[in-house]
Amino acid sequence: MLGRLTLNSLHHTPIEMGGVATMVIAGLAVIALLTYKRRWKWFYGEWLTTVDPKRIGVMYIVVGLVMLLRGASDAALMRTQQATSVGASHGILSSDQFQQIVSAHGTIMIFFAAMGLMFGLFNLIVPLQIGSRDVAFPFLNATSFWLFFAGAMLVNLSLAIGDFGAAGWLSYPPLSELQYSPGVGIDYWIWALQIAGIGSLLSGINFLVTILRMRASGMTLMKMPMFCWSVLGSLSLIIFAFPILTVTLTLLALDRTLGMHFFTAGGGGNAMMYVNLIWAWGHPEVYILILPAFGVFSEVVATFSSKRLFGYKSMVWAIWAIVLLSFLVWLHHFFTMGAGADVNAFFGIMTMLIAVPTGVKIFNWLFTMYRGRIRFSTPMLWFLGFVTTFTVGGMAGVLMAVPPADFQLHNSLFLVAHFHTMIIGGVVFGYFAGLTYWFPKVFGFKLNERLGRYAFWCWLVGFLFAFVPLYILGLMGATRRLDHYDPSEGWQGLFIVAAVGVSIIALGVFFQILQLIVSVRQRHQNIDTSGDPWGGRTLEWATTSPPQVYNFAVLPEVSTRDAFWEMKKTRDVAKPRYKDIMMPKNTPLPMLIAIFAFTFGFAIVWHIWWLAAIGLFGVITTIIVRSTNEEPEYKISAARVAKMEAAARERYA
Amino acid sequence: MSQTATATVKQTSEQRRNDEKTIFGFWVYLMTDCVLFASLFATFAVLRNNTFGGPSGHELFSLPYVLAETLILLTSSFTAGLGILSARLGKKRQVLIWFSITFLLGAAFLALELHEFANLVHEGNSWRRSGFLSAFFTLVGTHGLHITAGLIWMAVMLLRVRQTGLTHTNVKRLTMLSLFWHFLDVVWIFIFTIVYLMGAA
Repeated sequence: MLGRLTLNSLHHTPIEMGGVATMVIAGLAVIALLTYKRRWKWFYGEWLTTVDPKRIGVMYIVVGLVMLLRGASDAALMRTQQATSVGASHGILSSDQFQQIVSAHGTIMIFFAAMGLMFGLFNLIVPLQIGSRDVAFPFLNATSFWLFFAGAMLVNLSLAIGDFGAAGWLSYPPLSELQYSPGVGIDYWIWALQIAGIGSLLSGINFLVTILRMRASGMTLMKMPMFCWSVLGSLSLIIFAFPILTVTLTLLALDRTLGMHFFTAGGGGNAMMYVNLIWAWGHPEVYILILPAFGVFSEVVATFSSKRLFGYKSMVWAIWAIVLLSFLVWLHHFFTMGAGADVNAFFGIMTMLIAVPTGVKIFNWLFTMYRGRIRFSTPMLWFLGFVTTFTVGGMAGVLMAVPPADFQLHNSLFLVAHFHTMIIGGVVFGYFAGLTYWFPKVFGFKLNERLGRYAFWCWLVGFLFAFVPLYILGLMGATRRLDHYDPSEGWQGLFIVAAVGVSIIALGVFFQILQLIVSVRQRHQNIDTSGDPWGGRTLEWATTSPPQVYNFAVLPEVSTRDAFWEMKKTRDVAKPRYKDIMMPKNTPLPMLIAIFAFTFGFAIVWHIWWLAAIGLFGVITTIIVRSTNEEPEYKISAARVAKMEAAARERYA
Repeated sequence: MSQTATATVKQTSEQRRNDEKTIFGFWVYLMTDCVLFASLFATFAVLRNNTFGGPSGHELFSLPYVLAETLILLTSSFTAGLGILSARLGKKRQVLIWFSITFLLGAAFLALELHEFANLVHEGNSWRRSGFLSAFFTLVGTHGLHITAGLIWMAVMLLRVRQTGLTHTNVKRLTMLSLFWHFLDVVWIFIFTIVYLMGAA
């Protein structure tokens, strides 16, 4: 009846119980607050059922930040373990727990923290920047979010019921096969990623169509803001790469659930095929995450240097060169697998080539700053932190692209340090810059600058303390995923320095939380009355902060790059003529689809077949029910638009 | 009077833009499906000789049987095309007839495929037997699952057209359904060639 699920599945160690308790308490606190403030109706009507990308974006970012905290606590546990588990001492975690935490850390950070923040930024900014009222398919957009949420919840549930995968963040077979990982951990991993991944794929299609079909009149592709270009690059990668992930996860699930032999050690399976497939998705995934960060920096640097972006065209070409090359380098993740010298040489050279377009972008940003009137606001600080760390980390990457060097460095902490330099220095700093930069647009007031600065410096210094030791440890021969080592290795000192680094980062996170609280309390002092708090250049600044549900009362017309910058010079004072606006109605169905998908995922993990059937049936039925409703739109009359606009102006007057 | 006329014209041009957007989105979806099948074909190519002492395609496949399946599916694609032509002309009865025929042909194809699968399993050559058979069942089965999804979609559309007629939305959805159906046809041609013809050789 309940498949593999027994009371034993609820047995846990104190550390795990602590995590579960934290989640339960946080959940109860939210419920209590909503009940106390009598906001359930508001929460359901305005948020849970929304199809407005601005709200969906905020929800993505909230989930992304919560998952970032969860992943960061995993990191803190790992650092504590490695700083203390030497010789006779075995630290705070068992071997198996440590491997679970390593796997959960990577999975959560990439799929749920980084992807969440990324789709959050897409939702918040892309429609505004292209001068559109909405995305191409609002219902699908909400469904994507809820599938992402279902996946995230499945990962969190594994902490309470059962366990999580312990075969690394990419679950290489044969270790991840049933024979060697008989529990439910890998299944949780598979289905959480599968459900969230389908959401990502649908989002990819949705935003691609949005950018290609819904730009403001006059905005040709070459007049598009650079953030949109970078998003377009990232979306193209999603569209080509995520189906491969879907297939790879399915095949592993078939091996484990139906006894197939795709990647098994026996039975004619081929484990190396998994490694190829997962990286054919995995390497583009890295660029899916970093390209939007590049886009954020392009906007930030131009705005805070009060100059137009240097080398717009070369920037566009660099993006597409990266998109293309990112599909030609996947093999550098396993040079040591034995593909032979010629194959390794090809992929090594392709990998080094990626440094060229990336270098073009770095120089373009620097030349944008050259002779600009630079303001060192927090987003700009994140950029400066990024450009230094990312360049150093990138050079470490070029070093490892040389196959003979990689044979030495493969699986060492040097590699771990390299990709964290790229992901923290690039993706995380980029998204933080974007969040700070666009925060006033989304919420109507700026974040506190001073606390933002404190947070930045803690992150930067903490990052250096945490990861420079790992480069050195890697060169000393320390491998990744070690839960214990001998004191004679002489590694402990550096591991302790790395742990100190993590505490400094934690201080940065503390300042960020404090910054949020303080900024909300001081919102009246930092209010953005103009809609354009930074002296922006692109269309998102041309409307009120926060924008009305329809984004633009009158859709903008564009004739140049940096459209809003030009509009400001020749501001049209003619009274706008409003028209009726059609907007999609809110609906609970996306959430319902995700609830069924979650049920399906949970049931498959535990082999509760009847429940899985219900989940699948529910998903299909909900989609059919939705398809019978032909006009899910409502009208905002021209008179009402005029009233809403006047009210918004009055609020700021 | 003239004002309402321009209003209708404008609405239809907006509607046309909307339709074009939806159908473009559907094409992009089909491309992602294409990548999905490409990955499955790649795994099949890697594993096709990993029979692990079990039977190879040469011993298992009956080409006349698969040819029958192929012809049935190709015919269903043709009738789906006729259905779309009728939809464009606003002929509701013909749309219902052609898509009903398409549905029956699709169901027949699926039945034949399931019969083939059942036979293989019955003879002890299930997906558990070898890497080759895992890849075979997964690739062909994924196509079968798509056909199943298409059949469910078609059933829903037949019902919708019967109830609400050839509304704008219905015609748009029929267009996408037929795109989907033709796409599955193309994928099948590749399966027929790479799995069956090259496998039986």
